[in-house]
Amino acid sequence: MLELRKIPIGAWIGLILTTLFLICAIFAQWIAPYGLGEIVGQVWEPSSDKFVLGTDNLGRDLLSRMIYGAQTTILIAVLATALSFTLGSILGFAAAVIGGWFDTLMSRFVDLLMAIPTLIFALVVLSVLPSTILTLILVMGILDSTRVYRLSRAVAVDINVMDFVEAAKLRGEGKAWIIFREILPNALSPLVSELGLRFIYAVLFLSALSFLGLGVQPPQADWGGMVKENKDGIVFGIPAALIPAAAIAALAISVNLVADWVLNRTTSLKGGRG
Amino acid sequence: MAAAATASRAGKTDPLLDIRNLRIEAKVFPPGEPPRTITLVHDVSLTLQRGKVLGLIGESGAGKSTIGLASMGFGRGGVRITGGEVVLNGRDILKGGVGGLRRLRGREVCYVAQSAAASFNPAHRLMDQVVEASLLHGVATRAEAEKRAVALFRKLSLPNPETIGERYPHQVSGGQLQRVMTAMALCSEPDLIVFDEPTTALDVTTQIDVLAAIKDAIRDTGVAALYITHDLAVVAQVSDEIMVLRHGRLVEWGGTRQIIKEPRQEYTNALVSVHEIAHDEQKPGATPFLSVKNVTASYGGGKVKVLKNVSVDIFPGQTLAVVGESGSGKSTLARAITGLLPPEQGSVTFAGRTLANRLADRPKEDLRQLQMIYQMADVAMNPRQTVGTIIGRPLEFYFGMRGRERDQRVAELLDKIEMGKGFVDRYPAELSGGQKQRVCIARSLAAKPKLIICDEVTSALDPLVANGILKLLLELQKEEEVAYLFITHDLATVKSIADSIAVMYRGEVVRYGPKSQVLAPPFDAYTDLLLSSVPEMEIGWLEKAITGRRMESAGN
Repeated sequence: MLELRKIPIGAWIGLILTTLFLICAIFAQWIAPYGLGEIVGQVWEPSSDKFVLGTDNLGRDLLSRMIYGAQTTILIAVLATALSFTLGSILGFAAAVIGGWFDTLMSRFVDLLMAIPTLIFALVVLSVLPSTILTLILVMGILDSTRVYRLSRAVAVDINVMDFVEAAKLRGEGKAWIIFREILPNALSPLVSELGLRFIYAVLFLSALSFLGLGVQPPQADWGGMVKENKDGIVFGIPAALIPAAAIAALAISVNLVADWVLNRTTSLKGGRG
Repeated sequence: MAAAATASRAGKTDPLLDIRNLRIEAKVFPPGEPPRTITLVHDVSLTLQRGKVLGLIGESGAGKSTIGLASMGFGRGGVRITGGEVVLNGRDILKGGVGGLRRLRGREVCYVAQSAAASFNPAHRLMDQVVEASLLHGVATRAEAEKRAVALFRKLSLPNPETIGERYPHQVSGGQLQRVMTAMALCSEPDLIVFDEPTTALDVTTQIDVLAAIKDAIRDTGVAALYITHDLAVVAQVSDEIMVLRHGRLVEWGGTRQIIKEPRQEYTNALVSVHEIAHDEQKPGATPFLSVKNVTASYGGGKVKVLKNVSVDIFPGQTLAVVGESGSGKSTLARAITGLLPPEQGSVTFAGRTLANRLADRPKEDLRQLQMIYQMADVAMNPRQTVGTIIGRPLEFYFGMRGRERDQRVAELLDKIEMGKGFVDRYPAELSGGQKQRVCIARSLAAKPKLIICDEVTSALDPLVANGILKLLLELQKEEEVAYLFITHDLATVKSIADSIAVMYRGEVVRYGPKSQVLAPPFDAYTDLLLSSVPEMEIGWLEKAITGRRMESAGN
């Protein structure tokens, strides 16, 4: 079904870059030339044969830290996005299908959560709870799921009044069939486009948290934290902070190129064939 | 007035509109294939004299609207006019450029769309929209244009002609809005008006009023018109000549009388004689298997009563037709029977026991026995499921069929609806309108129900396709012993398939009984209005019907 020739060039770029990032993330331990916290050279050495991207503010190899950083950053972002989508879309669909008090209760609760600025809310929670990767994922996932909830509820409310959903209800189908077989396939397009965006927000949010010192804790590396560690170098004309920043941007673009391509396929009503 | 103005603009003998070898193409983008160009209209030529009306008829996809719009130099959504000439008032409008078209549209040619409700801007008052074209073209000052508009409102027999222009589009009914749109087209005193199915979306009782209003307006102002429709009976009332189109090609072109009385082409003949289905009425049996007893139902927690004390019976293997105009509570009756809208009072009994009022309280077996087919087959099927899944799901759900057994039954059902095995893997978007409705029929048959509720199942279809669906339904009734509750506003359909009829008006059943009895005089006022409003394929029917009727329509 999937013909390689038909994939547009933009999607190819996105796929290749995303795959590279993923390979780095999964095989970080084997790819990285040096250890994560190993001090191997002078502070902020320029790039050389020994250190391809130079060294950071403590003399650690920047490339190794970038690779390890990819692992933490992508792992947390992927899991947080997965959590927010599972939680948000299922609750959103359920609210639309069940309606009544369940819908009201859920929607007001979500409004309550969204009324508090996300970053401040996260800062408060994370300063109380121990800063482990698990808490980070949970906090990010739950906060982000409010956005997904609103989107999927809005989409599902529209689909829920279509005749084919009424036909399913008349047949006596249960809520699970209606949510997963009637509504979900038709809500996929807006959700996929949101998925690409939300993943990137998760990366940026994690970076912001790390930059503020509440995200991934040193000596663990993550791209946001690396920007923070090396930000002082910019004053001296040292680009070490820009490299993780560029990596975040590249990841954002490539993931969205892939999402757009998937979107093209999910919007086809003919099963993606001619 | 307008006729005099146009006569001075060009010689009297030249045709107003002369389309020569018009060729229209569109680029289509089938998914997964390179884009290709398809031809929608193949070298069609036509001429139209001043003050005459030419009817363009054909099934959907025949190119009627495309030709109509081409006469104002417009191609809808990526459609391009690639060949031929459109000569209006002695000049080829396709060569006039954008500026030429802008001077032309709304001044010399105006357009009346099928759905007036979707064509008016809801944010502006009707009067502002009606006079807009006249003001922009500098035809009249605002005061003059408004005076003219009020005169047109009166001519089109709109209520309160002086003040109706103050209203917003949502404050008038569909039939009135369609007439306001006609007034808008006439206001700038154009030479040509393109009517694109102006009455198709209206009830029969409203259609007759709009039709009469349009006909009078055309006669009084002397404007020429292209009248596009798929209903031959309608076009026979208003046009001088009729052009039959199919697949973008001319089939037949002649005077109205010749086309409907002595069609020369086979296809025209099929269109003319389309409504005939022979069906012998069955006498009601001893005991009905489903009776609706004194059902009252309302929306908004008792605020709006839509069903008042309705009682009907359905007998095994027979068809009960429920007729009435929109808003009469036909579909609400179906919703009350299925439990989607629990009745406030009264009950529905099925096979001797009372059905639970609420859908959620009914056991699976009861749900299986009552199936429903919808008006819009497009939205009644999940666009992301294949035909196999759509038909197979009731089999899985009610009978627990799986795997090969299920596939075999799906194939049998596809065979029953006269569609081949190759359709199993298709998605609804890959089917035609008639095929979609057939799949919906197969889906409801899969449950082996005792009763199928058909909610306007043929209203959205072309006459020929609708005819095929009705024949199929009748055949299936014989084979499967299934009863139908047939909701429709089309009395021709009722005549061809019903055994008994319930006429509904404002939530009440005003006439109910076997078909032969309901359709035999003496009639009550409303049934008379309904029956006399069905267009007949006969010249001069409209005038006869208007003068002969005893009751005004509700004006919905």
